[in-house]
Amino acid sequence: MSASVLDLKNLSVRFATPEGEVAAVSELSLSVGKGECLGIVGESGSGKSQTFLAAMGLLARNGRAVGEAIFGGINLAAADENTLNRLRGNKLAMIFQDPMTSLTPHMKVGHQLTEVLVRHRNLKFPAARDRAIAMLRRVQISEPERRFEMYPHELSGGLRQRVMIAMALMCGPELIIADEPTTALDVTVQAQILDLIRRAKEELGTAVILITHDLGVVAGMADRVGVMYAGRIVELGEVHQIFNAPQHPYTKGLLACTPRLDDATASALVTIPGQPPDLQQLPTGCAYHPRCGNVMERCRAAAPPLMSTGGGGLKACFLENFGSVQAGTVVP
Amino acid sequence: MNGIKFTSAPAAPGEIAGEFTGRSLWQDAWRRLLANRAAVAGMIILAGIALASVIGPFLLPWSYDSIDWEHIEALPPQFSTGHYLGTDSLGRDLLARTLFGGRISLMVGLLATTVALLIGVTVGAVAGFVGGRTDQLLMRFVDLMYSVPLTFFVIILMVVFGRNFALMFLAIGAVEWLTMARIVRGQTLTLRNKEFIEAARASGGSTANIIARHILPNVLGVVMIYVTLTIPQVILLESFLSFLGLGIQEPMTSWGMLINDGAAELEINPRTLIIPATFMTTTLFCLNFLGDGLRDALDPKDR
Amino acid sequence: MTLPLLQVRDLKVHFQVRAGGIFFANYLPLKAVDGLSFDLAAGETLGIVGESGCGKSTLGRAILQLLPATSGSVAWLGKDLTALDRAELKAHRRHMQIVFQDPLASLDPRMTAGDIIAEPLRNYETGLSSAAIKARVREMMEQVGLLPSMVNRYPHEFSGGQCQRIGIARAMILKPKLVVCDEPVSALDVSIRAQVINLLMDFQRALNISMLFISHDLSVVRHISRRVMVLYLGKVMELADRDAIYGAPRHPYTQALISAVPIPDPEKERAKPRVLVAGDLPSPLDPPSGCVFRTRCPKATNICALTVPVLESAGVGHEVACHHWRD
Repeated sequence: MSASVLDLKNLSVRFATPEGEVAAVSELSLSVGKGECLGIVGESGSGKSQTFLAAMGLLARNGRAVGEAIFGGINLAAADENTLNRLRGNKLAMIFQDPMTSLTPHMKVGHQLTEVLVRHRNLKFPAARDRAIAMLRRVQISEPERRFEMYPHELSGGLRQRVMIAMALMCGPELIIADEPTTALDVTVQAQILDLIRRAKEELGTAVILITHDLGVVAGMADRVGVMYAGRIVELGEVHQIFNAPQHPYTKGLLACTPRLDDATASALVTIPGQPPDLQQLPTGCAYHPRCGNVMERCRAAAPPLMSTGGGGLKACFLENFGSVQAGTVVP
Repeated sequence: MNGIKFTSAPAAPGEIAGEFTGRSLWQDAWRRLLANRAAVAGMIILAGIALASVIGPFLLPWSYDSIDWEHIEALPPQFSTGHYLGTDSLGRDLLARTLFGGRISLMVGLLATTVALLIGVTVGAVAGFVGGRTDQLLMRFVDLMYSVPLTFFVIILMVVFGRNFALMFLAIGAVEWLTMARIVRGQTLTLRNKEFIEAARASGGSTANIIARHILPNVLGVVMIYVTLTIPQVILLESFLSFLGLGIQEPMTSWGMLINDGAAELEINPRTLIIPATFMTTTLFCLNFLGDGLRDALDPKDR
Repeated sequence: MTLPLLQVRDLKVHFQVRAGGIFFANYLPLKAVDGLSFDLAAGETLGIVGESGCGKSTLGRAILQLLPATSGSVAWLGKDLTALDRAELKAHRRHMQIVFQDPLASLDPRMTAGDIIAEPLRNYETGLSSAAIKARVREMMEQVGLLPSMVNRYPHEFSGGQCQRIGIARAMILKPKLVVCDEPVSALDVSIRAQVINLLMDFQRALNISMLFISHDLSVVRHISRRVMVLYLGKVMELADRDAIYGAPRHPYTQALISAVPIPDPEKERAKPRVLVAGDLPSPLDPPSGCVFRTRCPKATNICALTVPVLESAGVGHEVACHHWRD
């Protein structure tokens, strides 16, 4: 990775709640290289979405980002609304889980597509229209001229997500942040959408941050994978290393408790005991320690920092002997 | 199934096993209501006003309809004569009249609202939950009742049954339940399609059972708000009917009537307006606080 | 073979959907379930997979008589449930339960966990004392991995996984013979999903429950089911034993579904052939003629548009509805 597109440095996200401030993301640092696909995996409440919403300046009103998110020399976490508006939809694009919430219901699809071009590229409408229709064709929407004139609710979920991708690609962004882009879709449509994202990355050299809870999706798409738990990265590494030789007990547990299509053992699944922690009452030390099968005294006392695994990756775990990492509870 | 222990069912870590006793929604709601200061204050003041209205008139030196001939003109508050809040333009004790009026107003408010509540909630919940033809039938009847003018309705009642105090409660209640039924039906329609209702049906619950156990507790919050809005509405409606000569008659009185009379002599004698109005607004305020408190108390999400 | 627990024969559930019309409503038939037949043996788990709009949830509800069937029969130990009156149905219902997809929405927000779990008992075992109910609830809570001290909490105070455990406790407290699981783990986090799957499988074995496991997640279905039925737009595409479905799928749709599921293994996932099915699901209001899958099928020919393929045998207990499955 020669140069990075996005650099997060000690990024924290806090939310003000009636019960006091809650840290959704704690001092997270990572970088995304040019043309790279970084997969971010985590369960709900792990802070995987909030991290990148903060980077886009899209936090909810009671949220506050501290730290740096450097994109093209600008710290997005501290940028004003004008700067953000100039970047968003232009150099920096986002795809959400539910396209219906990110498309305006009363505007024709075509207008929403051309709006980006008119605003960021100063194109006149006819030129923008041609570009938009070409882009719709590129994301494999049949009859693009007809769809251009349609309203979002007239499209199926899969088509809407294609429109979102077309919109994201309109200005040739350097980075696309895709937050659970296929969670609401059927598997056959999911495969189509993932294929589109993969091609955008390969053909246009766009860097992609793929946020998902689905390990299968990450395995097929990502170059590197970051695993998040309770607002922190617990493991970060190259995709093959994460899946073949996970170094953190949580990563290992996640992999073990996912039912696999290619494995038909009828025995009970391995499980991780307990449930993800309540962010308001995080355990002391390592947030994963109450569920960890390898917990040691020091895990309760202090949170492990991210350290090198030796294989080029990073992990936040005190455990030295990787071979003995317990995936979880095996039910006899 | 005794004795089955699943290893797949690990208890959540870090929890301390506590007492195993059941608590009902109502116990919980009461506890939460008592924790709400505004609601408790509202309750206490309301109780005070109600108590004063019920027993107050017995303790005062003047009765609500006796005229103090020595002070036939409106008198400012005096302790020597026993007119603690003065008299009205006919020399009747204002405090006695206000308290007596409170009796009537609160009774009308309470009874008419209860009637409206019972009929409205039942009809609305049944129409909304059962749906189909039952719904059509009940709701068309509601529409029909809506189209009958209130005064006309009351006059017919008077003609048929003769002037009767209880009739007024009935007449007002018969009108107020219509809106209540519509509100409850709307709420029920949205609840009906929720999964927990389906779950209740799958668990063998009968229609009456599901309405009582699942629909009613869930519409109560909205109903409570509407009740607190209905009571003042009913109190005002009563004064309107009385003004038309269809309600209660002098020398009996109610807050609505007192305010009406007071408004007429606002410039000469503002006291006759301010005193009953203060009682009434205080009551309405307290009802609102109590209503809000009840709604919050009945919603377990709002702790 | 003894009588199957459940025999579904040519079950159809059609809805009337309002489509336009200014003065007179114009109704279109939506064939959510269109002529399904299958048997379910005691203690067997049948997985039902399909994409959104394939009618899998409707099927589950129609079997439990939560939705009226348009035609066809659902026979419970030989007795047709669709013909029963209310009292008879109630008596049968205690043996059939359902676990829902959305754990929070399936619990009454104004009831405590204890009341929710006790509800079926209060409906069916009216003679029980409150102490006996309490004991049963407590036992149930322990079995599903909830602390009895949580009995007074309301649904919103629980996590998604815990809510689903409450839903399972409610479904299991009467020791049912059939449980319909409608996407029971789709809304749960990965680490919780495995716990709930194991819990369901434990109950299934301990009580010898027949289970209809409805899911869009083929990996989960493979794990939990003995047989699998693949649905598309209200019709059966393929029905076979698990290993046959996953090892040697005959129907092009099943093949496409299986190839579309991402495998959490970078080598396998990147090496596997990518069979992309074109397009989106057709609108169920206007299904294609002939074979409903033909508009997206790579093998489609003229005959597919003309005749509806019938289910034919492609091996022992293996049925396929395709004109071209031999190719």
